[in-house]
Amino acid sequence: MTEYTDTELMISRASQELQDGDTTLVGVGIPNLACNLAKRTHAPDLEMIYESGTIDSNPSKLPLSIGDPVLATGARSIVPMIQGFGYYLQSGRIDVGFLGGAQIDRYGNINSTVIGDYDDPTVRLPGSGGACEIASNTDRTIIITPHSRRRFPDEVDFVTSPGYVGGRTNRERLGLRGGPEAVITDKAVMRFDDGGEMYVESLHPGVTRDTVQQATGWELQFSSELVETNPPTEREIDLIRNDLDPDGVYTD
Amino acid sequence: MTEVVDMEYAISEAVDDGQSLYLGGFTHLIPFAAGHEIIRQGYEDLDLARATPDLVYDQMIAAGCASTVTFSWAGNPGVGSLRGFRRAVEDGVPNEIAIEEYSHFGLVSRLAAGAQDLPFLPLRTFIGSDYPDHTDSIRILENPYDDGPDEIPVVPPLNPDVAIVRAQRADEEGNAQVWGIVGEIVEAAFAADTVVLSVEEIVDKRVIRSDPNRTLVPGTAVDYVVEEPYGSHPSYAQGYYDRDNEAYLEWDRRSETHESTTEWLDEWVYGVHDRAEYLEKLTTERFLDLQPQTSYATPIDMGDY
Repeated sequence: MTEYTDTELMISRASQELQDGDTTLVGVGIPNLACNLAKRTHAPDLEMIYESGTIDSNPSKLPLSIGDPVLATGARSIVPMIQGFGYYLQSGRIDVGFLGGAQIDRYGNINSTVIGDYDDPTVRLPGSGGACEIASNTDRTIIITPHSRRRFPDEVDFVTSPGYVGGRTNRERLGLRGGPEAVITDKAVMRFDDGGEMYVESLHPGVTRDTVQQATGWELQFSSELVETNPPTEREIDLIRNDLDPDGVYTD
Repeated sequence: MTEVVDMEYAISEAVDDGQSLYLGGFTHLIPFAAGHEIIRQGYEDLDLARATPDLVYDQMIAAGCASTVTFSWAGNPGVGSLRGFRRAVEDGVPNEIAIEEYSHFGLVSRLAAGAQDLPFLPLRTFIGSDYPDHTDSIRILENPYDDGPDEIPVVPPLNPDVAIVRAQRADEEGNAQVWGIVGEIVEAAFAADTVVLSVEEIVDKRVIRSDPNRTLVPGTAVDYVVEEPYGSHPSYAQGYYDRDNEAYLEWDRRSETHESTTEWLDEWVYGVHDRAEYLEKLTTERFLDLQPQTSYATPIDMGDY
């Protein structure tokens, strides 16, 4: 068995969340690698859309930002932002969105705006970008983030991107589509129960319940059928290292 | 009437202290040469609007040009933080700035409302988020119809005093053709009172008229046309040059403190007279590395009727 890194495991798990034929709104880094891995393995007909308005991009090299020229050359279509966000995303045509964030709470609400008070922040983060509309309008969102107490507080300082808000019925009542499907960290894979609260579905190899609980700011629920996360396959590791990220930009 | 002018003249005619500006171009065709000229001419108290402030606003903020920044994602794309922006927001260096914050679709919808002279545009974003509590202009209306959600957020128009946009090419009348990522260039140009268009090359109007579908910004919306090759460096122009990632990484290092940022501005903005001198300073070697291979679109037949 080849040794693998946490990042490679997260890419592999995120890729398994994608189904053949899905339309995805992709970010750079792990989401981009996960989508490209899925395309080369079980989801050849995955469609990748970027916030910059490139439709069905097939980047020949690793894009460094969501607006690289490599995403435009050879795309199916390129649309102005107002159409990408309006006709493709807001209309409900996108199945999967990827999100990251500085803080995530038990309902999958994400903060990528400020740490501390909005008007006098301790840390000013980049803000929403397209995240708020992606979280509101895709059928399912996949959240990828390192797992630490700081990142999983009892309450986020600011809701940039709504998850299940205060619970699943809340989200529906507000007229928001879909919602968070999975949270993939370097310690575990989590999903959301009928009430819209996060629970641990699988622990990564070598990770204990205590480790995950220690890294979470609320009393975490665990599945009654808690399992160990499947590690990446030899083929996945080989594709990530030699084909998708040969320079180790994201995976070293 | 569109005038073909140089950047120094275009900026001095179009821009005044205290105005609202929108420099268009989403990761692509960012008007860096114009931004540097604004810094050189020493404008202050500007309300700078841009979905992604990027390095260009980081530099303008550090140079003391801004009093307000209206934005939706303030980061160094693919690299990390915008340190100049953060110093202004967190510590008031070199001056306090006010911020007005949206999501990408929220801000682009504001431009679209401005371009169409609408009092607002609705969108299915912001419900369930904390933005309506902190950005006063995001309001929630009751849906006047039976179908759809009960409540719908709206955003007001954004009509900048000046928009500065770039394109690969235009004719002397300012009819501009863009290919690759279009972003919010069209909305910005139609929403603004005054438009400065900067292009990689000015071409004969027959080139433009041969492919009307590619003309995204009409000359009727443009006041000044500037031919400024490599005017988007260190961002890119599809088919002309790639993003200079080294420059984005270098900015992250050089903007570490306000003093080191000022040194960078002294060297690369105040220390050169114009974009031509900036390019000489960068050396030819650098541009050869950014040159893409060719990949031509198949010509279309418009038909001669």
